[in-house]
Amino acid sequence: MSILALDIGWGTTLAVKTLVVMLLIPLGALIFGYVFLFKMMAHMQSRLGPMESGGFHGWFQLVGDGIKFVQKEDIFPEKADRHVMALAPFIVMLSTFLVFLVVPAGPRIVVAPLDVGVFYALAVSSLSVIGVVMAGWASANKYALISALRATGQLIAYEVPLVLAVVGVVIQSGTMSLQGIVLAQRDGAIFGWDGIGHPFVLTQIVGFTLFIVAAQAELTQPPFDMPVAESEIVGGYMVEYSGFRFLLFFLAEFGTAFAFAALAATLFLGGWALPGVHGGAADAFGPVVVLVKVMFVAFLMFWARFTYPRMREDQLQALAWKWLIPIALVNILVTGALKVVF
Amino acid sequence: MTVTPPGFEVDPSLLRHLDGAQIGVELDNGDMVLSMGPQHPATHGTLRLVVRLDGERVVAADPVIGYMHRGYEKLTEFRTYPQVTTLVNRIDWLSSFANEVPFVHAAEKLMEVEAPPRAEYIRTALTELARVATFLLFLGEMGLQVGAITPTFYGFRDREYVLNLIEGATGGRFHPNFNRIGGLKDDLPWGWVAECRSAMRKVLDACDDFEDLVLGNPIFEKRTRSIGIIPAVIGASYGVSGSNLRASGVDWDLRRDGEPYLAYRDLDWKVWTHPDGDSFSRYWVRLQETRESARMVLQLVDGLPSGPIMAKVPRVIKVPPGEVWVSTENPLGEMGYYVVSKGSTGPFRVKIRSASFSNVSILPWLLKGCYVPDVISILASLYFILGDIDR
Repeated sequence: MSILALDIGWGTTLAVKTLVVMLLIPLGALIFGYVFLFKMMAHMQSRLGPMESGGFHGWFQLVGDGIKFVQKEDIFPEKADRHVMALAPFIVMLSTFLVFLVVPAGPRIVVAPLDVGVFYALAVSSLSVIGVVMAGWASANKYALISALRATGQLIAYEVPLVLAVVGVVIQSGTMSLQGIVLAQRDGAIFGWDGIGHPFVLTQIVGFTLFIVAAQAELTQPPFDMPVAESEIVGGYMVEYSGFRFLLFFLAEFGTAFAFAALAATLFLGGWALPGVHGGAADAFGPVVVLVKVMFVAFLMFWARFTYPRMREDQLQALAWKWLIPIALVNILVTGALKVVF
Repeated sequence: MTVTPPGFEVDPSLLRHLDGAQIGVELDNGDMVLSMGPQHPATHGTLRLVVRLDGERVVAADPVIGYMHRGYEKLTEFRTYPQVTTLVNRIDWLSSFANEVPFVHAAEKLMEVEAPPRAEYIRTALTELARVATFLLFLGEMGLQVGAITPTFYGFRDREYVLNLIEGATGGRFHPNFNRIGGLKDDLPWGWVAECRSAMRKVLDACDDFEDLVLGNPIFEKRTRSIGIIPAVIGASYGVSGSNLRASGVDWDLRRDGEPYLAYRDLDWKVWTHPDGDSFSRYWVRLQETRESARMVLQLVDGLPSGPIMAKVPRVIKVPPGEVWVSTENPLGEMGYYVVSKGSTGPFRVKIRSASFSNVSILPWLLKGCYVPDVISILASLYFILGDIDR
């Protein structure tokens, strides 16, 4: 096994991989995204906010927030189910970590090149709802309970279009491995022209749109943030959390947004592939290329987040079952037919 | 006396809802009882709403008020007339200046003093500025309550221009306490009029922004259209007033239809109504009224008469015995003071009619059968201030 063409023992490989998964990928993505997107949000919403701490553009604010959260008291309500409530944020965080395992950042830079990468990523990403339900139930709070039920209903409604949206990509590339999908996009051609490869966003624009919409609902971001809904149910499942555990929820929210943006970038925008870059250079540039594409997708997601009001739960369900799922099914049908024809 | 809108003989069968409203939902434990408030973010203050839920559908709702009762009616009995304006400032704290006006008018009426035209014009301008500030906050706030954070920040940002104007003229951002019986404390500072013109242009631009960002948003429309419909007759029977009633299609505005006060007769303006009576139309009407108020302020500063700002009043104000009722069109609705004087330096008794108190009285009727998210959007669209409910 080798990373970046260096021959090292399996023990070292395992250690490096663990380090990368546990620390580098999520934390780097989290902090980068947090800072980047918070500044973007501040500009979009004309928030003055903390621009002073740290000197330049308030860069220290994030660290300061972290310190504040860590030193806060860890409070449990009297009637709460303490163990379940304590565990819940870690499960939400775990699902974020697990998605990063299969996202490739270069021809050889991937932690676990699973053959069923797409299947695995979509499966583990929905683990987070278990944490949400645990938090909602164990908090012994009515708002949290309503929130947990909303989250469950939302997951059931939105997992379906999310999976169906990806099926088109899988049909076109003929593989479920994320690495294979990236390669198919790099080496593909659009009607015989292979100048930029074949990013599936061009031919699967419907699938891409569905994926972004459904991901938005999975992430409980506006316009689909009913499980959180500060103005209605006061933050929902997070309402009884404080300190470090609240911070975990908060980071998981941004981390999961990043994981889904990374999935979308890999599935539809060609992942680490850049036209004209091959071999070792692809390994060197890969992470940067992926990050740029992820940022682009995240920008789209957060743009919608800062523009739209929240839908109502029943309107959300209607949108999923009456519009997204039929459109996704038709998309699969058309993709399949065209695949057979060409 | 107050002017009642014409043609509102209430059909008794419509009032059956009044009986059903008083159910005391706290005692019944059949469904889930959710206590929204007193510290719920959507009630902007300390309104407590006990709702009985079947799933997410509201079976019954009971507003519990009084968490912020400060006893202003009683306090006025121990203050002199000039001191009372400090108190009434704090009733509806978002449009403080507008609260002072009817009380000062009541005292002036009893004393048979009239403020000079320049003072009346400045009073009108500041009242309308208070309305613009209040409504700009509403236009943003409503976005927040249906889940869009961005308009809120825009609302706060644009309100700041207006608050700066109020501060420039009166010295206080929120509680000007600028009215004196017989006129105003001071004249406008130098440069205020030019500042005001540019700020009003910014407000008009902001209104266009809100029209695009919020009213033009399909999700906002989906969340507010046909939600929380108040039929005109029901609204009037509950005492709903102001923009909430105009959004139900009642063409009734005390600035035009009430007893003449301030300088509204000299202005060219329009009363906006909307036939639907739902949350959307309440937003729409307030947006139009913000524009209208900004235009009124522009007209007022253009036609500002010269002259003194205080009428001749004695140094120690003693109001002759008598009773008077003065009500005005405040940003939240009809606000009135019934002042009884026994000839001393302070009022003998004051009854305050505040708009929000009557506006939220319709909640038990209105919230029945809607969903939890709609509760929030209806509360936001009715736009009440807790200080204005509890006094």
